[in-house]
Amino acid sequence: MRWLSFLLFMGLMTSGAKANEFGDAKLGAKVYEQCVACHQIGKGATDTVGPALNGVFGRQVGSVKGYAYSDGLVRLGKNGMTWTFDALDAYIANPRALVSQTRMGFAGLADEKARANLLAYLRQFSASPANIPEAPPTGTAHTPKLSPEILALKGDRAFGEYLASECVTCHQATGKSTGGVPPIVGWPAKQFVLAMHAYKQKLRPNPVMQMMASRLADEEIAALAAYFAAP
Amino acid sequence: MSFNRRLFLELAVGSSAALAAPLVMGKAKPRVVVIGGGAGGATAARYIAKDSKGAIDVTLVEPSRMYYSCFFSNLVLGGVRTMNSIAHSYGKLASAYGINVVHDWAVGIDRDTKTVTLASGHKLSYDRLILSPGIDFVDGAVAGWDVTKQNKMPHAYKAGSQTELLKAQIEAMPKGGVFAMVAPPNPYRCPPGPYERVSMVAHLLKQKNPTAKIIVADPKANFSKEALFREAWSKHYPRMVEWIGPDFGGGKVAVDVDAMTISLDGQATKVDVCNVIPAMKAGRICELAGVNEGNWAPVSGHTMQSRKDKNVYVLGDATNQGDMPKSGFSANSQAKVAAMSVRAELTGSRMFPAKFSNTCWSMVATDDGIKVGASYEATDEKIKSVGGFISKTGESAELRKATFNESLGWYDGIVADIFG
Repeated sequence: MRWLSFLLFMGLMTSGAKANEFGDAKLGAKVYEQCVACHQIGKGATDTVGPALNGVFGRQVGSVKGYAYSDGLVRLGKNGMTWTFDALDAYIANPRALVSQTRMGFAGLADEKARANLLAYLRQFSASPANIPEAPPTGTAHTPKLSPEILALKGDRAFGEYLASECVTCHQATGKSTGGVPPIVGWPAKQFVLAMHAYKQKLRPNPVMQMMASRLADEEIAALAAYFAAP
Repeated sequence: MSFNRRLFLELAVGSSAALAAPLVMGKAKPRVVVIGGGAGGATAARYIAKDSKGAIDVTLVEPSRMYYSCFFSNLVLGGVRTMNSIAHSYGKLASAYGINVVHDWAVGIDRDTKTVTLASGHKLSYDRLILSPGIDFVDGAVAGWDVTKQNKMPHAYKAGSQTELLKAQIEAMPKGGVFAMVAPPNPYRCPPGPYERVSMVAHLLKQKNPTAKIIVADPKANFSKEALFREAWSKHYPRMVEWIGPDFGGGKVAVDVDAMTISLDGQATKVDVCNVIPAMKAGRICELAGVNEGNWAPVSGHTMQSRKDKNVYVLGDATNQGDMPKSGFSANSQAKVAAMSVRAELTGSRMFPAKFSNTCWSMVATDDGIKVGASYEATDEKIKSVGGFISKTGESAELRKATFNESLGWYDGIVADIFG
C-alpha cells in the first residue's frame, strides 16, 4: 500500500506531459506500428533508416556503432545523456523539441497513454533497466519479399533525379519535414527499395504512396533509391 | 616534365567544345520567358534555372509581388490559417536561382518574332515561352455579375485581397444570416474547392454564428468527393448547409448586387453574403497569344507544348490536356515535364517519359481531412489517368487526422518546390 501511494505521489509530482510508466505492452505493440517503417526491434533486428531499438533503455544517446546519427544526437550522447524512461518519453512526445536537428521524421505522439504503452513495449527488448528476455522480431511486418535480382539492381541516378521531382512535391528536397509527410532524403538505398516495394505490394497502408509506387517499375524504384541515398 | 602535346590538344578541343555548345544555338544563351508565377510558372522557372545551371536565361513575368496560394485559402476563410501563412515572395527565385523576376503584366505576344510585350512597353525575346496564367472568368456567366461587382459579391477564387474580403463579409454576417455560394460549371480550377470552402465557412459559422445558413446553387448534378463532403456536412454542421442542384434551379442563377439577392429559376432570396464563382476560361494571355481552342489551350501530354506552336508551352489551369484536374498540384507536376522538355530542346539534356500525378486534400473540419488523387501518363491524344484513389466515408477519426496532417506536410513541400 505504501509502495502504491508512493508511486501515486511520484505520478502527481511528475504529472503534466509525462507518460505513466506502467503502460500496457500489448497495446504498445499496436502503437509501435507507427515506428516500423524506420526501426527494427527484437531478435535479428538491424539498423535500417533508424537504429535498431534493442537495448535502447539505458544506452548512451547516439551510440550505436556504424549508425550515422545526426550531429545533434551525437552531441547529446557525448555530453553524457542516456536514454532513460523520461528522455525517451520526451523524445517520442516531440522529437524536435528535444533534439532540434534530429533526422527522425516523426511528428511526435501527444497522447500520454499511447506513449506509456509504447515505452512498456519497447522496454521488453532492453536488458536495462528491467531484465526482460528478448521477444521474437516485429520490425519486419511490412517488409516485402523481393528477388535478389530486384535488390541487386543498380539505379540510374540521373533518371532518379527526374523521377524524384514527383516525390519532392510533398517530401521536401532539403530533407526538412513538417506535418504528416516524412523526410526521405539520405535513406539507405536498400531500405528505400524495400519501402517502395512494400507500398507497391500494398503492405504499407498510405493510398497516395500506394498509387505513386504502383506505376513505378523495378528500375525506376532503384533509380529513385540511388538518387535519394545521396542527392 | 616536358610539354605534353596530346594533353594540350585535348584541353584545346575540350575548351572550344565547351565554348561552342551555346553557339550552336546561334546566340550567347537561350532565353526562356515564363508568364505567370503560380504553381505552374514558378515551378517551371525554378526547375529550368536550377537544372540548367546557368546555361539558360530565365525571365519570370508576374504582376503580383506576393503570391497568395489558392490552396489553403479556404482554410484562411475557416480561421484555421492566417493570410501570412499562405503568402510567398519571389525573392528566392531571384537570389538563389538567378531568375529575372519582372513584376509586370504581359499584354501581347508575337509568336512570329518571338516577343512578349509588357504593360510597361518593354519587350522580351524568347526562344521558348511558357504560359501559366491560371484562370479568368467567362463574361456573362452569372446574370447580374461581372468583375466590377467583385467587391460586393467576391469570387475569392484568386487568393489574396478577395480572400480577405470574403472572410470579412462572413464575419460581419448578422446572427442567423445567410451565406450563398454560386458554384461553377465544369471544368474549373480545383474541383473540390467550392465544397471545401462550404465546409470551412460552416466551420467558422458554427463557432461564431451557429444559427446562420449556407445555400449552394450548383449547375452540376454531382461534384468532387460528394459523398465525403455530404457526410462531413451532416456530421459536423447538421442542418446548416443546403445544396441546390440543377433540378431545383441551381443552374439558372441570377444575382442582384444592390438588392443582395440571388434568384434561382426566377425566385429571389435575400442573402447576407454572396460568393459568386463564375464559369472559367484560360487566363487572357492565352487568348492574346492565339493558343486557345474555345476557352482553353490544348497541349501535348508528352511535353506540355501548345498544339498550336511548339515554341510555346502552356501549364496548369489554362490547359486542355486530358484527364488531370485543374489544380496547383497538377500545374506543379506539369511544370516539371515542361522544364525537362525545354532543357532537352535548348541544351540537349536527357528526356524521360512524362509522368504526372495529383492529389487534392480537403479540410472538412478540425483534424478531419479527406483526399482524392490519381497518377497520369501521356498518350498522343491526351494526359491519361492510370489509376487513383479516394478517401472513404466512415473512416476513423485517427485516419482523418493523419490525412489532415499529411496535407500540412504537402503544403510546405509544394511551396518549397515552387519557390525554393
